[in-house]
Amino acid sequence: MFEICAKREVAPNVHELVIRAPAIARKARPGQFAILMVDDKSERVPYTLCDWDREAGTITLVVQEVGQSSRKLVLLKAGDHVAHLAGPLGVPLEIEAFGTVALAAGCYGIGAILNIARAMKAAGNRVLSIVEADSHYLHYYRAELAAVSDELIQTTTDGSQGAKGHSADVIKHKLERGEQLHRVIAVGCPFMMMLTGNATKPFGVKTLAALNPIMLDGTGMCGACRVTVSSQTQFACVDGPYFDAHEIDWAELFDRKAAYSDEEIQAVARTEAVAARQQPQQRRPA
Amino acid sequence: MADVKKKQIPRQTMPEQAPEDRVRNFDEVPYGYTDQLAVLEAQRCILCKNAKCVGACPVNVDIPGFVSLIQQGKFLEAARRIKQDNALPAVCGRVCPQEEQCEGSCVLGIKHQPVSIGRLERFAADHERRIGAVAIPALPQKTGKRVAIVGAGPAGLTVAGDLILRGHAVTVFEALQEPGGVLMYGIPEFRLPKEIVRAEVDYLKQLGVEFVMDYVVGRNSTIRELLEEEGYHAVFVGTGAGLPSFMEMPGENLIGVYSANEYLTRANLMKAYLFPEYDTPPIRRQHVAVIGGGNVAMDSARTALRLGAEVTVVYRRAREQMPARAEEVHHAEQEGVQFKLLTNPTRVLGDKRHRVIGMECIRMELGEPDESGRRRPAPVKGSELVMELDTVIVAIGNKPNPLVPRTTPELQTSKWGTIVADQKTMQTSMTGVFAGGDIVSGAATVILAMGQGRLAARAMDAYLRGETRAQA
Repeated sequence: MFEICAKREVAPNVHELVIRAPAIARKARPGQFAILMVDDKSERVPYTLCDWDREAGTITLVVQEVGQSSRKLVLLKAGDHVAHLAGPLGVPLEIEAFGTVALAAGCYGIGAILNIARAMKAAGNRVLSIVEADSHYLHYYRAELAAVSDELIQTTTDGSQGAKGHSADVIKHKLERGEQLHRVIAVGCPFMMMLTGNATKPFGVKTLAALNPIMLDGTGMCGACRVTVSSQTQFACVDGPYFDAHEIDWAELFDRKAAYSDEEIQAVARTEAVAARQQPQQRRPA
Repeated sequence: MADVKKKQIPRQTMPEQAPEDRVRNFDEVPYGYTDQLAVLEAQRCILCKNAKCVGACPVNVDIPGFVSLIQQGKFLEAARRIKQDNALPAVCGRVCPQEEQCEGSCVLGIKHQPVSIGRLERFAADHERRIGAVAIPALPQKTGKRVAIVGAGPAGLTVAGDLILRGHAVTVFEALQEPGGVLMYGIPEFRLPKEIVRAEVDYLKQLGVEFVMDYVVGRNSTIRELLEEEGYHAVFVGTGAGLPSFMEMPGENLIGVYSANEYLTRANLMKAYLFPEYDTPPIRRQHVAVIGGGNVAMDSARTALRLGAEVTVVYRRAREQMPARAEEVHHAEQEGVQFKLLTNPTRVLGDKRHRVIGMECIRMELGEPDESGRRRPAPVKGSELVMELDTVIVAIGNKPNPLVPRTTPELQTSKWGTIVADQKTMQTSMTGVFAGGDIVSGAATVILAMGQGRLAARAMDAYLRGETRAQA
């Protein structure tokens, strides 16, 4: 059992969970993930390791409530336990002095780039964190990211804060102006990562995207997470999660992520009752 | 009883669920022998002095010994006799290919039917568990040596059982949430109830084996760290064949194409057939094709039937070449699985939403024998056909799991990615590190993995006692 030490809602429907998992914290490296089961009947779901504290033996996850499993997780509170947590999984990101590194992020990815920004900065890079959200109130981790980035740029698709548009638009603009970017890393929903790849491709800037297909075991055993990169089938769990954004078959990834949408609706309808029961004490803390 | 009379007793079959009932549930198919049937079957054994069956068993169970105890009605003693050599008798009695091993060399089989050794083994182990009489043997004095076992599958569990009985401290590390490996995620409930696997694991826990779940060796600790920093004196790697092979044909990443590993893991380990009580959704479709002819293909086909599908096994050779056990093919057929033999898939067809709607295949004919001795199938020109389907399960085998080899550069591997180990001692290229099961042999059976575990345990015990110096 793994204890949730702290939990807060950093933006509407975006939850930061700090979980005691010393064996993971001890070895975590930028770009890796962990597989979590809320209880013994839950799905195995991969979550990116956003941060960790080796001394305290804790890891930090940023979880958006999008379906049955994430809902079960965010209904827990500090002091509760999750049944299973295995990690760190996946190939760690290459951290070197590249020069200028742009980190493009949206949704949970804003949390996920925190440790990457810190590591890239420590390695001597100029780090640009370019984070996007639909609207101003959905941004989070401003102070945290500003502390580990040379520049923090926020965009919104509704134009309510910062530049209007996606982080990909900011990157494209910079490249068109002749700014040098030596590496771009995109973390977020597949659409946002695809846009980022499209923006950098004409300029030949090496761009890595964190793929998050459906996984089951997360250790290479099931093949559910297969993605096509450079016309080759790869397993996101053991070969990834980071792949060359210019070589990913994005259309296939969009399809595969929707494989269980019908079942998901059925499952969410079932937990809705649970959520309603727990709402008074869960959603309105004193 | 005189031998003449023994020969008149026919081989006893186990009572089992009728096919039309069992396709609607996940309960175990055979009920097992009753006491009377077991004694009757045991009486067929002539208790050979130089019993060939013992040598044909990868873990050398004292077969005449335990069968004679069943003859005398001493069922508990029989179970304990088996357990001297085999830590997982209830599992082996169910999933070993006895026809190729113990029963295949039974002298009665020359003129008559062999003794049903597997069924008797299962009976004894089930009897002990059912009456709650599982006994913990006296353990020897502790040696003070600590062993780490990587992977809680059949090979690792065997090593754990053997080494704890020799006085070593044993810790088993497992990446998944429950111990058992393929016994838990791969073999379906109706063939091997998970309660039995849990009982066998509990027995090891009672012996003092420590299990650490959710621990990914290679990531949480490397093999070298286990040895140099975490105080283990020897390591056994039994991480299995955990990387599914695909056909590498067009359309294979469409929605509705699954590896057998994924399909079975959902159903078995994640209990998807109990959805929505369990959260993992099952793959519940109407028209399923399973590609392959092995036991895993049969397990997938029979699972799909129970989830309500019409199922066809598509295999490129003829029935005689199917690697599945005859009993498994027979059960599948009884339950209504269709077989499309001498047929090879060439492409999966999808609709606009990239969901499977069919599979293109080509008929095959058998030519000259290949290096495996089986006649090589070749496509028949112009014989293309299309099957209408919504699901394809690929059950054509697995490659070794890459996690430990990739994070342990010191370990010598073959060009197939398997760990290279000495055939007699299972010693790897790293001092103090032994390996066995599918991570060494590629993809084989539960009992062969256990046999290698047995060899490794023997060599590890000698190594830990300082009787051998590893030739690394």
